[in-house]
Amino acid sequence: MPDLGSRHLSVVSVTNLVEITELNFGYGSRLVLKGINLTVRKGSLVAIMGLSGCGKTTLLRLIGGQLQAHEGSVMVAGQYLNNMSQSDLYALRRRLGMMFQFGALFTDLSVYDNVAFQMHEHTSLSESVIRDLTLMKLNAVGLRGVQSLMPSELSGGMARRVALARATALDPELILYDEPFAGLDPISLGVIGQLIRRLNDALGATSILVTHDVQESLKIVDYVYFVSEGVIVAQGTPEQIRASTLPFVHQFIWGEADGPMPFHYPAKTMANDLGLREA
Amino acid sequence: MVLESTLRNIRLVGDGTLKIVERIGATVVFLGLTLTQSATSFRRFDLVIREIFYAGVQSLIIILVSGLFVGMVLGLQGHETLQNYGSEQSVGVLVALSLVRELGPVVAALLFASRAGSAITAEIGLMKATEQLSAMEMMAINPMARVVAPRFWGGVISMPLLAMLFSAMGIIGGFLVAVVLIGVDDGAFWSQMQAAVDFRHDIANGIIKSLVFGIAVSAIATFEGYEASPTAEGVSGATTRTVVSSSLAILALDLVLTAFMLKGWS
Ligand SMILES: Nc1ncnc2c1ncn2[C@@H]1O[C@H](COP(=O)(O)OP(=O)(O)O)[C@@H](O)[C@H]1O
Ligand SMILES: [Mg+2]
Repeated sequence: MPDLGSRHLSVVSVTNLVEITELNFGYGSRLVLKGINLTVRKGSLVAIMGLSGCGKTTLLRLIGGQLQAHEGSVMVAGQYLNNMSQSDLYALRRRLGMMFQFGALFTDLSVYDNVAFQMHEHTSLSESVIRDLTLMKLNAVGLRGVQSLMPSELSGGMARRVALARATALDPELILYDEPFAGLDPISLGVIGQLIRRLNDALGATSILVTHDVQESLKIVDYVYFVSEGVIVAQGTPEQIRASTLPFVHQFIWGEADGPMPFHYPAKTMANDLGLREA
Repeated sequence: MVLESTLRNIRLVGDGTLKIVERIGATVVFLGLTLTQSATSFRRFDLVIREIFYAGVQSLIIILVSGLFVGMVLGLQGHETLQNYGSEQSVGVLVALSLVRELGPVVAALLFASRAGSAITAEIGLMKATEQLSAMEMMAINPMARVVAPRFWGGVISMPLLAMLFSAMGIIGGFLVAVVLIGVDDGAFWSQMQAAVDFRHDIANGIIKSLVFGIAVSAIATFEGYEASPTAEGVSGATTRTVVSSSLAILALDLVLTAFMLKGWS
């Protein structure tokens, strides 16, 4: 019996890099995520979609161990994050790469030093090896030419690509992307999308992409989870999602102004607010 | 009604006091945390040197110029007053002691708080607001060790050096006014100063003061930056708080330290 149990566990950890079960989380007393169940298969590129404020970034922070689940469990690479010690967590994070919403490049370091940062901090590689690796990473995102610029001198799209190079600097097993498309022009957006797909496959990594950009992400991902008000309301492959008849998904994909997600925030009646009529 | 409003006012005072005490406590806890995360700073001292450049070297101009002016004013005022007692040669002693014991450490620290302290708070606060600190944590690097501790030590090391330079410039300023401008005998100016200034009682105590101020300002500046709410208003509020709290802390600590130094530590 114990033999079977451990075999089962190892099989699970090989096929699913991330496993979230019955997760509840809130800031203070307000629940932001409710009863989330989510699995990410090794090697796949999964999107988590939903409106702004539905809890996507929170979910990523839970996966990265920056927040702790109130109830339920988060398992990454076979390890439960609940009550993990700081040193274990840091050891796990070395196998993770994360790209933040606006890149979060270190503003006091050049592009080169940003990408080389983790190599300098975590490895004892010689300077010439670090140089070669850094230039390769920058080359992969097409930005070897800007290595000596400072982040403030980059356009939004370029900063995002540098952040991508930095997130993949140590060839992570799991890459997390927070809104990689937000605020980009259509060309940069396509470039970033293709890069995310290509890096995932080239590194043999697994990626989780949090976004509200439906059209771009449906082109590149393997599987989609829809989150609305802290609950997963739909999931499936891009084809299944496109064909979905669920009203919420339909409204989201086709960008309709009104639907199950109302245009109006709940309020008193207009007449009441304008003081036209009492009682 | 009167009772009620009196009670409310008492409660407001108590509430405010509690908040201040809580803030001081949190800053001290943060200082302790910084100290436990300081190993990286000493293993890789280049990180600290970089911060000494930003906090110390970049404050040089304002410190040197202010020191010169303060010393010149001391020379003028001192000469004016001492003249009444026929002891204008002692102006050198007055300038040197005022600077080394009090004005050097205190004014340099106040200037340091508004020049370097506010910059440290703003920088750390912006790193937090733009998720740079989160990004660092996700790279398995502790921002307390990599960002906070080097800035703290950079400030602590810079402060006594800046205070000494401030005093040195002040003495030159006093010399320029009293000797070169007014015509006090320069032999008397320097020899009386040399005879009256004691290394342990005056200079060493001044250095101890500036070291304590450096610790206070650096701890407050890093704490406010690290705890700033991650928005534009949050960072600007934190920057203001750094300057206000640091200045109050410097003046309060100065009173305590001076009392001990004059009466002896026992
Ligand atoms: N640090 C925080 N403290 C309190 N509430 C927060 C915090 N961060 C986010 N929230 C709230 O949690 C909800 C989800 O936020 P978030 O995960 O950032 O959403 P998304 O990334 O999907 O836009 C929002 O309503 C937001 O206001
Ligand atoms: Mg978000």
